[in-house]
Amino acid sequence: MTLLEADRATWLAVCAADDLITGRGVAALVAGRAVAVFLLDDGEVCAVDNVDPCSGASVLSRGIVGATVVDGSPVRYVASPLRKQRFDLETGRCLDADEVIDLWPARVVDGVVEVSLEPSRRGNGPETIP
Amino acid sequence: MHRTPGSPLRLVVIGNGMVGHRLLTSLAEAGATRSLQITVVAAEPRPAYDRVALSSWFGGRSAEELSLVEHGFFADHGIEVLLGDPVLTIDRVDQTVATTSGRTLPYDELVLATGSRPFIPPVAGHDGPGCFAYRTIGDLEAIAAAAARPTVTRGVVVGGGLLGLEAANALLQLGLETHVVEFAPRLMPVQLDEGGSAALLRHIEQLGVRVHTSCATEAIESDGSQPTRLCFDGRDPLEIDLVVFSAGIRPEDALARAAGLDIGERGGVVVDARMRTSDPAISAVGECAVVGGRHFGLVAPGYQMADVAAVHLAATAFGAPVPRDRFVGGDLSTKLKLLGVEVANVGSVHDAEGCTSLVWDDPVGGTYQRLDVDDDGRVRAAVLVGDASAFGPILDRFRTGDAVATPGDLLKRAALADPSAPPDPSVGICSCENVNRGAVCGAIADGCDTLPSLKKTTRAGTGCGGCVPLLEELLRTESTGGRRGLCEHFELSRAELYDLIRVRRHTSFAQVIDRYGTAPGGCEVCKPTVASILASLDNGYILDGEQGALQDSNDHFLANIQKDGTYSVVPRVPGGEITPEGLITIGEVARDFDLYTKITGGQRIDLFGARVEQLPLIWRRLVDAGFESGHAYGKSLRTVKSCVGTNWCRYGVQDSTAMAILLEERYRGLRSPHKIKMAVSGCARECAEAQSKDVGVIATEKGWNLWVGGNGGMRPRHAELLAEDLDDASLISAIDRFLEYYVRCADRLQRTASWIDGLDGGIGHVRDVVIGDCLGLGAELEAAMAAHVDAYECEWAATLDRPDRLARFVTFVNAPDEPDPTVVFVRERRQIRPARPDELVGATR
Ligand code: SRM
Ligand SMILES: Cc1cc2nc3c(=O)[nH]c(=O)nc-3n(C[C@H](O)[C@H](O)[C@H](O)COP(=O)(O)OP(=O)(O)OC[C@H]3O[C@@H](n4cnc5c(N)ncnc54)[C@H](O)[C@@H]3O)c2cc1C
Ligand code: SF4
Ligand code: FES
Repeated sequence: MTLLEADRATWLAVCAADDLITGRGVAALVAGRAVAVFLLDDGEVCAVDNVDPCSGASVLSRGIVGATVVDGSPVRYVASPLRKQRFDLETGRCLDADEVIDLWPARVVDGVVEVSLEPSRRGNGPETIP
Repeated sequence: MHRTPGSPLRLVVIGNGMVGHRLLTSLAEAGATRSLQITVVAAEPRPAYDRVALSSWFGGRSAEELSLVEHGFFADHGIEVLLGDPVLTIDRVDQTVATTSGRTLPYDELVLATGSRPFIPPVAGHDGPGCFAYRTIGDLEAIAAAAARPTVTRGVVVGGGLLGLEAANALLQLGLETHVVEFAPRLMPVQLDEGGSAALLRHIEQLGVRVHTSCATEAIESDGSQPTRLCFDGRDPLEIDLVVFSAGIRPEDALARAAGLDIGERGGVVVDARMRTSDPAISAVGECAVVGGRHFGLVAPGYQMADVAAVHLAATAFGAPVPRDRFVGGDLSTKLKLLGVEVANVGSVHDAEGCTSLVWDDPVGGTYQRLDVDDDGRVRAAVLVGDASAFGPILDRFRTGDAVATPGDLLKRAALADPSAPPDPSVGICSCENVNRGAVCGAIADGCDTLPSLKKTTRAGTGCGGCVPLLEELLRTESTGGRRGLCEHFELSRAELYDLIRVRRHTSFAQVIDRYGTAPGGCEVCKPTVASILASLDNGYILDGEQGALQDSNDHFLANIQKDGTYSVVPRVPGGEITPEGLITIGEVARDFDLYTKITGGQRIDLFGARVEQLPLIWRRLVDAGFESGHAYGKSLRTVKSCVGTNWCRYGVQDSTAMAILLEERYRGLRSPHKIKMAVSGCARECAEAQSKDVGVIATEKGWNLWVGGNGGMRPRHAELLAEDLDDASLISAIDRFLEYYVRCADRLQRTASWIDGLDGGIGHVRDVVIGDCLGLGAELEAAMAAHVDAYECEWAATLDRPDRLARFVTFVNAPDEPDPTVVFVRERRQIRPARPDELVGATR
């Protein structure tokens, strides 16, 4: 994502930063789509599609956040609670299956978690429900 | 002289040797010294000292340094001590003992801890001047005084066993020309085989000791002030000036004999496994006792006896029920440094029949090693001379019964741990002090990185010293990290982590990963595992604070996630027994929330299709009607299946339904490595299928048979019989111990079936621990279970009461009233089910 795009993004307040637990997620409804928002252990927030493309169920926010190393670089991921496929929270790539999910820019402003109304990258996840 | 009611119990202990003193420290640790009025009568002029290290007195260690008594111990615990005043008689009718100085001491409980006396062969002249035993500091003082006489330059030790060689070393240190005469054809005939004796002989002769084997001493000639010659049957006499007898020991049972107590065939006071003699008011511990026909000439089994006796005495003092603690025996493995030569034996090579012997004999290097393994590769015996560094690992295998794939590696001092066998934290490391591996590893992780600090913290290695090599090995391997890790963040296994968390009382994943893992991080494997361990140990609510972030989705929502992201709800139905009202409530809840309803294979009812935000509403209704969480989501107790038993069934012999309910209510909510299933059948017809459960109970005419390790599922396994005809109380304590031991030792996601299959010794080991209490963990395991039972609360109710805990139960944080648009049901047989993809168009939400 370039800076330009980010600046143009419109943000939606979803919850208070205090509502999040480190290493865990919540689901939010953003532009008609279910988005999973996580608080990572370095204090950062990030958001991805909530739908797990491997099962079709809207559950990724209920997965556990984990850390691993892929090709020598650290990767943080969420593991789906259904069948434990892992999704890279920085790229949306599934580490265990040929799937990619959308990323949603997210930030904390004055203690409020905001998610961009536009996903920053298109995965092969479901279309926005009109 | 009998006890007046209400006055403290009067305990008299005869003998303040190593074991007698251990009895006192054990009583003190149990807090029992306050409830007892204790008098100790000792023959020796000084309180207990380290007899095992006796020879170091010649190396300069003073009697004070050898003392086993901590400063102020007797006074602090109100113990009266009579030194140098041997007991002369016991009056069992009056319950008194009389001492040499003329004192009469009444007792309610009497303990004999009189040890052994040296055996002095009755040869002519054996009691003349210059003839000594080798047992007490007094003996050593007398030997040293005699050796200081200018006319004394040559000494002889009669007896070439273990202690004889120690005595020979002493004579060498005193500057005497030293001889050893042995009746048998070789040295240390009890502990060593021929090869071992030969290797030892070479070493000892190199040191200048002259060894005479196959020599039967007949007489000692004397000039009136000191001995002059030792005469043999059919051999030239030996010119000497001093004699030390070390021809074996005999249990010191004179008082017991005179008092008419049962005496063993070869001497010694006969006691049962609780250390009671034939008179219930009298116990005996240590070398004077004979248990199961055996006499133990080592300190470790003596300490075990003292601990057992102390537990029983403490219970008597407190008026508590009779404890289950029993003496389970000990092995006679030893490791010594004799005259600077390392000598060790494990088991007995003399009874390792049918074994394969691996022998390494190096006369140049002066090492002889023999390892006997049976057909299954288990260590049965070993002899090590010259280099005993393999003693620790070999003893470890001998005690655990672990099969060894390449036994030769053990002799080559290869790795301590067989990489394929997970080290069991409950394996005993130090038998003198009864310290297990988990405790040692815990202390090491706690920062004890030197042998002295490890000894101080754990007490391991402070007895016979035999386990010191093992401690050193663990210091080496454990300080640098483990082997079969839980996941990429932990090199430790679940069992090891469990022990560390238990011993060090960690309370958060953050501490645990900081300490033992690669932080920052964690993953879907280690987080729930650590969460489960914390829950097993703490028994508290599992979703507060950091723990909330660690749980698997099922535990996170206290319900089972389904393929479409909805949840199922299973209320507990203990033993499968349910009232009509209960059924109606469940039916009404299911109807009102439109949940798919099914009778499960576990004798209860499952309600499917609840959305996250509906869960608290459903629980509220169920909890108000008296239901609680059935933990269908947890790695914890599932159901205790029952049959109708005596109440209805014409064949039933016990009330299986009541027992099932009792068990289900006792163990509900216990977090464990995997789920636990149980069943109770009312008779051998076994309608509850107990033999396919982790814990299966089957009624008998006399009580209950307990089966464990059964499994249905992916790899069915028939349960194995653990114990027979138990009464209710022993059934429950056996299950308490079994479950807690499993929780402690099993791997992540390992059911009891595969856990037992993977244990060395299998069900036999489990039986030894649970029923025989061979690790002495019984009380601890039961206490852990009692803590669980006390702390139990229904997780649903605990959630409903707290708005902060309820906050997580929404589908969308920013739209709490919005249902999940992806959840779509269709109807089949008049109930809901998730829509299939091809059904999505036109389906109802
Ligand atoms: C509901 C039920 C089937 C039914 O409709 O009857 C059921 C349903 C599930 N079973 Fe089961 N099992 C059910 C009885 C059994 C039984 C029979 C029994 O307990 O008498 C077995 C074989 C006996 C055994 O476990 O030894 C059984 C062997 C399994 C296994 C394989 C375990 C194994 O050791 O091989 C799993 C998988 C696992 O746990 O890893 C499993 C896992 C599951 C899970 C939890 C799968 C999952 O993670 O989603 C299912 C979800 C239940 C839910 O959402 O509520 N279920 N499952 C039964 C619930 C019983 C209850 O009241 O708690
Ligand atoms: C030189 C030597 C080396 C040893 N090395 C080892 C070793 O390496 N490993 C090992 O495991 N064991 C070893 N042992 C054996 C170990 O010391 C004993 O197993 C242990 O001391 C037994 O303890 P106990 O209390 O039963 O007997 P003791 O320690 O002998 O104590 C018994 C006490 O009772 C007193 N007593 C007897 N009769 C009376 C009476 N009528 N009234 C009052 N008091 C009485 C005695 O005086 C004595 O003090 C060694 C022993 C010796 C002598
Ligand atoms: S196990 Fe025995 S008591 Fe229970 S229902 Fe079956 S036949 Fe009756
Ligand atoms: S085994 Fe004796 S000190 Fe440890």
